[in-house]
Amino acid sequence: MNSPAREAILQRLRRGTPGGARPAPENPVRRFDWSPEERLRRFIAALTAVRGEVILVGDDWPACLFSRLQAKGATNLRYAADTALGAELVRAWPDRGAIALIPHDQPIEACRTQLFTATDASLTGCLGGIAETGTLVLWPSIQEPRLMSLVPPIHAVVLEADRIRSTFHEFLVEEDWAGRGLPTNALLISGPSKSADIEQTLAYGVHGPKELLVLIRAGRGAADPHLNPPRDPTAALAGALA
Amino acid sequence: MPPEFSVRVGQALDNERLRRNIRRTMDGLVAKRRQAFPDTHELTVLRRRGKLIRGQALANLPDLLLELEANCERNGIQVHWAETAAEGNALVLDLLRRQGARRVIKGKSMVSEEMGLNHYLEAQGIQAVETDLGEFILQLAGERPSHIIAPAIHKDRGEIAALFAAHFPEYPHTEDIEGLTAIARRIMREHFGQAVAGLSGVNFAIAESGTLCLVENEGNGRLCTTAPDIHIAVCGIEKVIARLDQLPPLLTLLTRSATGQPITTYVNLISGPRREGERDGPREVHLVLLDNGRSRIHRDQQLRATLRCIRCGACMNHCPVYSRLGGHAYGTVYPGPIGSVLEPQLQGLDRQGELAEASSLCGACGEVCPVRIPLPGLLRRLRAEGVGDGPDAGVPGQGSRRKVLHRLIWSLWRQAHAHPPLYWLMTRLATRLRRLLPIGLGPWARTRTPPVIAPRSLHELARAEGFAHE
Repeated sequence: MNSPAREAILQRLRRGTPGGARPAPENPVRRFDWSPEERLRRFIAALTAVRGEVILVGDDWPACLFSRLQAKGATNLRYAADTALGAELVRAWPDRGAIALIPHDQPIEACRTQLFTATDASLTGCLGGIAETGTLVLWPSIQEPRLMSLVPPIHAVVLEADRIRSTFHEFLVEEDWAGRGLPTNALLISGPSKSADIEQTLAYGVHGPKELLVLIRAGRGAADPHLNPPRDPTAALAGALA
Repeated sequence: MPPEFSVRVGQALDNERLRRNIRRTMDGLVAKRRQAFPDTHELTVLRRRGKLIRGQALANLPDLLLELEANCERNGIQVHWAETAAEGNALVLDLLRRQGARRVIKGKSMVSEEMGLNHYLEAQGIQAVETDLGEFILQLAGERPSHIIAPAIHKDRGEIAALFAAHFPEYPHTEDIEGLTAIARRIMREHFGQAVAGLSGVNFAIAESGTLCLVENEGNGRLCTTAPDIHIAVCGIEKVIARLDQLPPLLTLLTRSATGQPITTYVNLISGPRREGERDGPREVHLVLLDNGRSRIHRDQQLRATLRCIRCGACMNHCPVYSRLGGHAYGTVYPGPIGSVLEPQLQGLDRQGELAEASSLCGACGEVCPVRIPLPGLLRRLRAEGVGDGPDAGVPGQGSRRKVLHRLIWSLWRQAHAHPPLYWLMTRLATRLRRLLPIGLGPWARTRTPPVIAPRSLHELARAEGFAHE
């Protein structure tokens, strides 16, 4: 938008930059040669350190999710209806009476009150994870809009174990974010919402989800028979990832 | 008219509760930062890179701003430019009026503090609601942030509990931090569910993709930028970086320097309003680029380093002056070392030049700055500009702190050291008449032994010992 302010600001800045543009600097980065097991181990350690809950799951993940949510007292779960994940969930959901499934398939204007006041939990997928910081990478889509991962008190995410990369830099460079173009709202999520604004003491669940539940799924056939992660979760998945 | 800086300093130092609250937080943040950078080599490399990325962005600033503008508009983000805070406020008001908004929910933004946006909007009949927990507490108390990252650290849980009890008597009184947080969540939820307009700051604006990056832990920033129909982002013109792949090093420097976190809970990358078919997100996204004195700072090659700042607050956490006073004594939006460098340049040395002197020049701020801003050097430069001894880059109020008496003393000092007979006379007089000299060291000597002038000068003693050439 052309405006007098714009012209005046740019003119003043030009006076401070004699010789015109300089090339952007080289950006050498630290690389990590972490094996898939190492990445998984670090991801879990970093995420649980900020009170993210991790469950290692197989194809029976809807049942795992169900029992976790039941233990937390949730009575409903909002899911993206028109995704593969949503279809899997519906197919294998143990008991719709105990925990109702709510398809999230309308614009926010039509379900705002429901979402803000009557939803206990939501389920989304994600693009992948970042081992260094225990971070989930989400690219909200038409099917899985951004408020799904923000408003309900419990946010559950399914993460494919082979989509965990070492660093954020590796993620965005190797997947060519700049070239592909970003979605309206790309997100990095590391744990449930928190604040330390009172006496620098951490309190969880300020405005976003109070609980973040991450279901890490290894390749097919690597189902973990236990609902609780074993002491050394990497051992359970090492075979599947190798 | 607020009291003088020296008076405010005295008040802060006498307030033991304030000092306890500030000190506890500063010590905690210093320890957390230290733990977050266990590898000093990595820290060295990262700081060098951070400085380079920010420095190059400033060297290319006009072109990067044009690139940012073009890419934002391609993404559907409308870009506005404001030369002054008043222009910025008027732009925001106009956008809110067009939307018919009576209320705007706000994520934490120091630029909006700089603009005095809340007061301006209230005067125009629009309620600005702070949603960050710390800012929410301050809004109840009618106070300004005392720290740029942790705005309410000068208050303890007892004070906050009393504040909540007075404003929200319908909730049971609690001093439990989780309990207080839960009350804030319930109150804010109503705002988030209904708000028409949201406003936020920007941590980094990425030129190549037209993306606004916001970091936060609470989720209020995401709600303010996602739930309402319109999102307005206010951003200083210096916040732009060239490329997306420059974001990770700056991000890790920011969060680890600020709070010792490897990453914040949320990193929010906004590249446009709701697109066709999408089910949520704002219908309009506006970016207000604020100059407010920055382009003037940009003109001077040395002072330009001020604009590299990524607002982590590490300089104030490590500052022996800030950690004893807290932010309010500074009387400015940005306190601590970066505030003492930035505010005199924004507001003028005549108004805030005293701040450049509120430093022992211990150098801690420069040591911890993640983008290696030479803060002690800039403080000295501003002191020189204040008394008219600098190269004068158009810093407003240049020379305003010059005092005739100081001039006279320094000119005599120079003469005495340049002329041996004069020097001889001066030391002779000072040693022989030492008991008659009116040496008023004032409060400095209250807790210290004042120095005493020796009966013989070093020259005389050396000569007496037989040194021919002293």
